[in-house]
Amino acid sequence: MRIEPLHTAANVAAVVAWGAILGALYMVFQYVPMERTMGNVQRIFYFHVPSAMVSFLAFFICFLASVAYLITRRRGLDIAAAAAAEIGVVFCSVVLITGPIWAKPIWGIWWTWDARLTTTLVLWLIYVAYLMLRAYLPEGARRANLAAVVGILGFLDVPIVYMSIRWWRTQHPAPVIMGGKGSGLAPDMALTFRVCMVAILCLFVALLLRRIVVELLQDEVDHLYREADVAPPERG
Amino acid sequence: MVFLHQLFTIFMKDLRLEWRTREAMSAMLLFALLVLVIFNFAFNPDRELVLLIGPGILWVAFTFAGVLGLNRAFAAEQENGCLAGVLLTPMDRGAIYLGKWLANLLFTLVAEAILLPFFVLFFNLELTHEIPLLLLVCLLGTIGFTAVGTLLAAISANTRLREVMLPVLLFPIIVPVIVGAVESTGLILNQQTEGLAGFIRMLALYDVIFLVTSTLLFDFVLEE
Amino acid sequence: MSQAGGEGAAYAVEAHGVAKRFGRITALHHVDLDVPRGGVTALFGHNGAGKTTFLRIAAGLMRPTSGSLRVAGLDARKEQAAIRGHLGVVSHELFLYGDLTALENLRFYGRLYRVADLEARCAEVLTRVDLIHRANSRARHFSRGMAQRLAIARAFLHRPDILLLDEPYTGLDQRAVATLNELIEGFREAHHTVLLTTHDHHLGFTMATDIAILRRGEVIHHTPAAALSRTEFDALYEASLQ
Repeated sequence: MRIEPLHTAANVAAVVAWGAILGALYMVFQYVPMERTMGNVQRIFYFHVPSAMVSFLAFFICFLASVAYLITRRRGLDIAAAAAAEIGVVFCSVVLITGPIWAKPIWGIWWTWDARLTTTLVLWLIYVAYLMLRAYLPEGARRANLAAVVGILGFLDVPIVYMSIRWWRTQHPAPVIMGGKGSGLAPDMALTFRVCMVAILCLFVALLLRRIVVELLQDEVDHLYREADVAPPERG
Repeated sequence: MVFLHQLFTIFMKDLRLEWRTREAMSAMLLFALLVLVIFNFAFNPDRELVLLIGPGILWVAFTFAGVLGLNRAFAAEQENGCLAGVLLTPMDRGAIYLGKWLANLLFTLVAEAILLPFFVLFFNLELTHEIPLLLLVCLLGTIGFTAVGTLLAAISANTRLREVMLPVLLFPIIVPVIVGAVESTGLILNQQTEGLAGFIRMLALYDVIFLVTSTLLFDFVLEE
Repeated sequence: MSQAGGEGAAYAVEAHGVAKRFGRITALHHVDLDVPRGGVTALFGHNGAGKTTFLRIAAGLMRPTSGSLRVAGLDARKEQAAIRGHLGVVSHELFLYGDLTALENLRFYGRLYRVADLEARCAEVLTRVDLIHRANSRARHFSRGMAQRLAIARAFLHRPDILLLDEPYTGLDQRAVATLNELIEGFREAHHTVLLTTHDHHLGFTMATDIAILRRGEVIHHTPAAALSRTEFDALYEASLQ
């Protein structure tokens, strides 16, 4: 019933994402000039930062869907929360992989326990645990309830984690490294960044909607099996 | 009144069960003692190093032992479907959470009280007037991780591999507790006061937020 | 306890369109069933027909996705706590703490049910299930049959007027069967209600005053037992297995 419009939206987002990613690749590797102090490796920035923003957005969506699920008990919201967490973990992994690649040549270290990095890592751990919990529970309303509780608890934890690491940092000063990411981007760099942001955002929306559609279709197929009085095949 | 009576009934039942079997306590104590001993071999710390890494060792011992206790807490409820039996009675769901949380808190605090002297002994620390502050930090830190831990133990009790699931869910969420407790303990052992109030306030804030949230969310954990 | 609530209602359990489904899983399709007060209603059905799910919903352990449910004349969505005092439940799970004694188990549940004269009631109940001499032994050390009798004692400790029994005879020893039969007989005499599920159609038919057959989460027959001959019932039951 409501699968059709979602499917269409997923397709539109996918097409836009396609175009935007091609454009972003061109701009990052051809159009935008090399950054003077950091060199070519700075180009990671155009994928690293949008991925970080999108992963935070994904976890926020997981939180909202979890709250809404506990209020309405709609299966669709359970699916949305799970899909957002899955895709959020993917983008968060991208952040955690590209981060050290960028950091090593610039800061001389792969990793530092500063508030932003640490919070991202803790966030990744929380949502991997969330996905693991879902994997270890039998499907059904029970799983949806339990996962929603963890989805809410995990997200509420984020600001407290960030704050606690900031406090911790004041006790253990680390080399000052961050120059503030967006501070004084040149106009062509800012434009490239914006295109990348749109591309990654569209990719996220396309993946999220596609994931939700797949899950809804599976429900639908099982429903049809039931109507036809046939046992649905086992699914791994 | 009825709520407190129900809470107390659950709490006393857990106390009685633990008194009978002493399963949680003995596991927690032995495990935490092992942690202290192993870390001693791993670092072979001198006096200066103890002041640096001692707080971390202590809280690793506390939280790992706490997880053992929390895992036990819902094992007895799963046996024979007792939790369902409790849910059949006209009782408040929040009272179940708070009763079980208080029992867990008490077990963990008792274990910590027994472990602290060993910690002082093993690492040759000299504590006098720092003790009240140290106890306060232990109390606040333990409230924090048992409050979330009781809720998450109820969740992981439903899964296969619940012994693994609980720490995987719990540890990322209690990062602020670990940071706060380890830092405060370190400051206290080094007889510094700068920044201490901030960490203690943070621990207290965490305790309040997660105790309230967990009480509210516990209803959904029990529902099928 | 049994005086409270909608005593006047003609039905102990009224289910209309009760369903439990979530995504691709349908545990209960659509149940319409009125369980008359003062009778013994037997719910028959194949494994997986939804008997246990329906009983768990009636007991308030599971929340229905849709439909309306009244138990003891009270709305299951709004007055769950009041309903619980009316219900006694026996299932294959014993609900007993192995490391508490028989008496401590009863005391614990009695406090949660707010049984008024708790000590006297515990002794009375233990005597009725013939466990008074083992009151201070841990449930863990009980034989299967004794533990089942204790579970039965637990179920009627708080003087419920509706008894929900999920496959109550499965795996019971002879004394436990006798204890359970006495309990059901006592309920019948007091004009209280019994709702039990079973796949043992012989046993169910002999004791029931009402018969309902569940097939794939729907009630396909519901009649007073007197209206059916044994052969008619057997034919209906066989047909439900198809």
